Amino acid sequence: MLESSKDSAKLDAMKRIVGMIAKGKNASELFPAVVKNVASKNIEIKKLVYVYLMRYAEEQQDLALLSISTFQRALKDPNQLIRASALRVLSSIRVPIIVPIMMLAIKEASSDLSPYVRKNAAHAIQKLYSLDPEQKEMLIEVIEKLLKDRSTLVAGSVVMAFEEVCPDRIDLIHKNYRKLCNLLVDVEEWGQVVIIHMLTRYARTQFVSPWKTDDDVVEEYNENNFYESDGEQKEKDRNVKKTYTMDPDHRLLLRNTKPLLQSRNAAVVMAVAQLYWHLAPKSEAGIVSKSLVRLLRSNREVQYIVLQNIATMSIQRKGMFEPYLKSFYVRSTDPTMIKTLKLEILTNLANEANISTLLREFQTYVKSQDKQFAAATIQAIGRCATNITEVTDTCLNGLVCLLSNRDETVVAESVVVIKKLLQTQPAHHGEIIKHMAKLLDNITVPVARASILWLIGEYCERVPKIAPDVLRKTAKSFTNEDDLVKLQILNLGAKLYLTNSKQTKLLTQYVLNLGKYDQSYDIRDRTRFIRQLIVPNEKSGALSKYAKKIFLAQKPAPLLESPFKDRDHFQLGTLSHTLNSRATGYLELSDWPDVAPDPAVRNVEVAESAKEWTAILGKTKKEKPTEKFYSESEEEEDESASTGATESESGSESEKEDKEEGSSDESSGSSSSSEESSDSESDSKESTAKKTSGAVKESNAEESKKKAKGISKNRNTSSSSDTESSSSEGSSSDSKSVSDSRSDSDSGKSGSATSSKKEEKTAQDRKTPSKQDVFLLDLDDFYPVTTPVAVPTAAVLSPSLTADLEGLSLSGSSVIDVTTQVFVPTKTHEMLHRMTGKGLSAHYHFSRQPDMFGDHMVPVQVTVTNTTDQKIENIHIGEKKLPLGMRIHEFNPIECLEPGGSVTVSMGIDFCDSTQTASFQLCTKDDHFNVNIQPPVGELLLPVTMSEKDFKKEQGMLTGMNETSATIAVAPQNSTSLVIIEKVVKAANLGVVPSGQDNIHRFAAKTVHSGSLMLVTVELKESSTAQLIINTEKTVIGSVLLRELKPVLSQG
Amino acid sequence: MIHSLFLINASGDIFLEKHWKSAVSRSVCDYFFEAQERASEAENVPPVIPTPHHCLLSVYRHKIFFVAVIQSEVPPLFVIEFLHRVVDTFQDYFGVCSEVMIKDNVVVVYEVLEEMLDNGFPLATESNILKELIKPPTILRTVVNTITGSTNVGDQLPTGQLSVVPWRRTGVKYTNNEAYFDVIEEIDAIIDKSGSTITAEIQGVIDACVKLTGMPDLTLSFMNPRLLDDVSFHPCVRFKRWESERILSFIPPDGNFRLLSYHVSAQNLVAIPVYVKHNISFRDSSSLGRFEITVGPKQTMGKTIEGVMVTSQMPKGVLNMSLTPSQGTHIFDPVTKLLSWDVGKINPQKLPSLKGSMNLQAGTSKPDENPTINLQFKIQQLAISGMSLRPQPIPQLMIPIRCIRSSFIQTRGPPESPCREVPGERRAAGHQAVPAGAEPAQPRPLGAGDPDHEEAEPSQRGGCPRCSRGNAEACTQ
Repeated sequence: MLESSKDSAKLDAMKRIVGMIAKGKNASELFPAVVKNVASKNIEIKKLVYVYLMRYAEEQQDLALLSISTFQRALKDPNQLIRASALRVLSSIRVPIIVPIMMLAIKEASSDLSPYVRKNAAHAIQKLYSLDPEQKEMLIEVIEKLLKDRSTLVAGSVVMAFEEVCPDRIDLIHKNYRKLCNLLVDVEEWGQVVIIHMLTRYARTQFVSPWKTDDDVVEEYNENNFYESDGEQKEKDRNVKKTYTMDPDHRLLLRNTKPLLQSRNAAVVMAVAQLYWHLAPKSEAGIVSKSLVRLLRSNREVQYIVLQNIATMSIQRKGMFEPYLKSFYVRSTDPTMIKTLKLEILTNLANEANISTLLREFQTYVKSQDKQFAAATIQAIGRCATNITEVTDTCLNGLVCLLSNRDETVVAESVVVIKKLLQTQPAHHGEIIKHMAKLLDNITVPVARASILWLIGEYCERVPKIAPDVLRKTAKSFTNEDDLVKLQILNLGAKLYLTNSKQTKLLTQYVLNLGKYDQSYDIRDRTRFIRQLIVPNEKSGALSKYAKKIFLAQKPAPLLESPFKDRDHFQLGTLSHTLNSRATGYLELSDWPDVAPDPAVRNVEVAESAKEWTAILGKTKKEKPTEKFYSESEEEEDESASTGATESESGSESEKEDKEEGSSDESSGSSSSSEESSDSESDSKESTAKKTSGAVKESNAEESKKKAKGISKNRNTSSSSDTESSSSEGSSSDSKSVSDSRSDSDSGKSGSATSSKKEEKTAQDRKTPSKQDVFLLDLDDFYPVTTPVAVPTAAVLSPSLTADLEGLSLSGSSVIDVTTQVFVPTKTHEMLHRMTGKGLSAHYHFSRQPDMFGDHMVPVQVTVTNTTDQKIENIHIGEKKLPLGMRIHEFNPIECLEPGGSVTVSMGIDFCDSTQTASFQLCTKDDHFNVNIQPPVGELLLPVTMSEKDFKKEQGMLTGMNETSATIAVAPQNSTSLVIIEKVVKAANLGVVPSGQDNIHRFAAKTVHSGSLMLVTVELKESSTAQLIINTEKTVIGSVLLRELKPVLSQG
Repeated sequence: MIHSLFLINASGDIFLEKHWKSAVSRSVCDYFFEAQERASEAENVPPVIPTPHHCLLSVYRHKIFFVAVIQSEVPPLFVIEFLHRVVDTFQDYFGVCSEVMIKDNVVVVYEVLEEMLDNGFPLATESNILKELIKPPTILRTVVNTITGSTNVGDQLPTGQLSVVPWRRTGVKYTNNEAYFDVIEEIDAIIDKSGSTITAEIQGVIDACVKLTGMPDLTLSFMNPRLLDDVSFHPCVRFKRWESERILSFIPPDGNFRLLSYHVSAQNLVAIPVYVKHNISFRDSSSLGRFEITVGPKQTMGKTIEGVMVTSQMPKGVLNMSLTPSQGTHIFDPVTKLLSWDVGKINPQKLPSLKGSMNLQAGTSKPDENPTINLQFKIQQLAISGMSLRPQPIPQLMIPIRCIRSSFIQTRGPPESPCREVPGERRAAGHQAVPAGAEPAQPRPLGAGDPDHEEAEPSQRGGCPRCSRGNAEACTQ
């Protein structure tokens, strides 16, 4: 059915498969058939395939790769839902080989316009981290970026990612702390829980303890300070000064979380409760109790957890829950576990004032039909009795009454508790002991029997008559007793032997004999030990003298404690607290610091940055946009720095960008200004300084910083490549800046920057219009950005693709890197004249941006201009007449072009490493025109960088047939190295290879389609001649390139 | 976070599993089954079960266990609350949440679960949004889908997800604009055998059904907001406004939702609107016992008490009961020893009673605990706390709303079985006189029981009226 052409049949099949998955049946054999449908147009089929993929991709990694290209395409879909779900699935199929792709996708999505997509990016971070923890560093960068996001949608997810990936990087929170506090109320409820837990930990490390102040009076002052007028406040401040003052940020947190106590979500309420418990001054923590009590009205499971937490709280601070005592009264419909927990809390809350009502309540519980609960009640009574001395006697009496209960468990439990109680009050309880001795005949529960025997033995002197009698009875039944009881019988015998040996000597010896042959070695051991100790014989050691002391020593009374006593070292509301053991991933709540760390780290400095802003504005106009744009493209600075002369120009230009920036920010619901600027403040300051000094040279320090911080971003945002290109253009002589920032291997400094400014200016002039267009495009999100789209036909990642990925993912270590173009040709070629195009004209130029549409495509930018006075609608590519193997990646249709307007679109053409023309039709709504694009050979290349050594090595392998060379006359003005480099890279898309010799220049590239190397060497000789050598496997292209380069160098 | 989810039915079969991260073998549920075996009743299965590598958090509703598997630290309430939300969503989608229903709609269930969680972290839990993403199945839609091939899956991101009011979808249109608010209060009381109240609490909710066009901004105020001791709101309610003015101001979600739930402080004395007279006696010598209970109204402000249901867990010694009710039907289950009596309406002129005798197990002494009587009831149109809403005009609404005054709104019980919160209870009954085992020392009861009572008197009553009063808003223009 999956092969069927009908969607409905496919859908039906998919539904059955999902049914199988749901039932836990193995459906993995169907993988190949299912995965084919991943590109289905029907959205429901697609979704079901996603479900399937997420379940089985891990098991069938190779086949799962087939689907990746679909996701990559979907990542660029204009529909945010589709982008988001593609990212979700892509990150959910746990296939390690695609980690780099995931990384790129996450980075890209983290700057998506849609907060929904960014939210999904935050989720994907966790997934990637669990798949490959190696990526941690880069993920932290993304987290850092997302933490700055102002969207409430994103906040929860990114904090979750933060907790998962780098919970110890508390420094990332500083700047965002106040923002998170303020946004908290609007975040969706699940996010609230996570954020509150995180902030609790944060606050514990950043603020000093509010608990140190002993008296509440001080607290009160503080409270008042907060609300009262300034004058009063100052006065009071003086009083308070010497004591504790709460950090305003600490207060902010408490204040902003308080409304959340009203949340309908129990988890949120609990989270706030634990926050108050751990952070608030003791006097304020009380406000949470009301809300917690409210939670007791919800489901059984919620009650269970909440009661557990209340139990822990009520041990430490009884007062919090005392007013709600009655809410903890047990209902007959409660399940047992809830009952026991409530009982626990009631016991914790018991004090002199309420004990009588409580005991009456307990009395009813004891009669409960739930025996387990009744037994727990008896223990609770015991605990109350020990804790509150006034009622000990009453309790004891009550418990004794229970001894006559018909239910054995109740009686047994009472006996045990009475034993403990008597031990704490070793006074005169002969009566009770007698009574219990009588019970021995009826009670069969071993623990209870053992307890009675122990009691009698311990206090045998108080009941001299009964004790031997009891021993007699038990000796008779010794063999049938439980081990526990046997041991106590032995003990009893020993004790009696010591105190009343006349009556009991024989009995004891009889018991000891029985014990000697018992099955249990414990008992045999004990027997032997007792016999040696108490029965005098010739060998008896010194110890026997002390036997009496040993056996009848005063024993300390056991402490009756709450089982929740030891839970308080776990953070409330956590799983670890519930389990009372550390769960994996539990994060310890640190103790309060003695001295608060500098609160200034949280300052976002809105005010300050504003000041600085105006200052900057005053200085130079153009700096404003620079600063603003900074975070997006650092290279921008190079441009404006180096083109100090073209101030007004770049100013207007970046104003444009500025506008776009603004609009994009607007749509994401936040204004970037203060935040971003403050973030990049330090950087921009630095660069400002540079600008004013007019230094064109880049200091290495800054370079390296950029590398660390910005490169990854730059590589991935399409705009960055543009700015890069412009920067290199702006200071064409400074071309090293690009290659330098690309790879560490490159260190060739191209001497002093002495290029003529005139040239620059003109270049810039020409460039400007097209550049604006480029930015427009960015906004439209046309650019599929740098993720190399895997060729759909390729089943597995081709090696070249992997290489590309590596190159893109920041590793500067591989020998040959694809680098960005050193130069963007400004020469445009006419594609369609306005006359032939009936008013529609089109020009194209080669933008030389790598990896625009995949690794075999040459990117071409087409500028379409409408010279008519009417709208032209629906401009798109029509019929294509392409030579074999050639492919075209079409640009997205232009829906409408206003009169006089022009639009630049990009398309990709795979020329198959040939200079054949690509002909196709450019269509409008009602017309179509045949157009051609013929590439100069220099555009069929992708620049690469490599070290000189590698270059020579490669060159050595490409000799003979693969080498073409020519000797040319070089025009005198072309003899300087700078000019040569400039001219060569202008003519062909080559990368500069550093050279040790002044007279030899080396360039390297690879062909776009086949990826074969193209090495160009220009060796200057005397008398203005030069040797031009090209080594390549593609000899045809090599010779054509040679032919083209010749005039470039020889002409002036 | 949440790793996997298993749905287990009462007989212990896993009938659905869903994994959000790597698949967890279903053998992990063995730990759960173990715990289930240990706990006698389904109710007693602990919600948190630790296993060597995972931790199982479960929720039991509609006779189904929803077991979530988690691996690392996470607030347990987070998971539990989420599971409850899942159940609510199912109920919302399919009307009932049962095994059969889930099995029938397994694809929709899967799609919904997929949207609700991403990598174990909740993504979309608002039912308004979910319904836009995945449309709930209806017969009509199923038919249409088979014919046209369209799907249940929305292809656009619901706008609500991005907006500041994620709970409301945009573009809502109704020809009849109407809004209903149901006030439902539950009283929970424990009463001792002499009829005095030990504790009584009132818990109320306001459930709303709002069908209004556009983005209405509503306000509601209370006649007596002071009554509300503690409130929790739907996220749509603006908290600031409530703090300062005690006015509810909100943009409602579309359809049914719970606007707020509140708690009326226990300090206010609550008048329990019913009473129970009881006379239950066991005799030592004979194997027969007497049983008689009567239910009657008290302070109902002229409203009828309906849906009265009496249940009582009889002691183990009771073998059978032969009873005659004056009205309603009764059942005694000799295995679980549970007596239940469905009374129906109380007619003040002729009080319902249940009389008869009990057969006790011969030879055993009489049971020493007194049965507890649970009573549930409903009263329509009475807010026991005296709470009432004040209708408010709806400002800023573009489209005029038709005035609706709903004088009556059918009470709908809470989604759970209505008896959940209904204990009425017992009191400290008089201590049994001496048991057979003749003991000279007469023990005194713990508290101040009355020792001369020969017969234990169980007691009871209490109940939970739930009352409702509807109030519709009026309109402008």
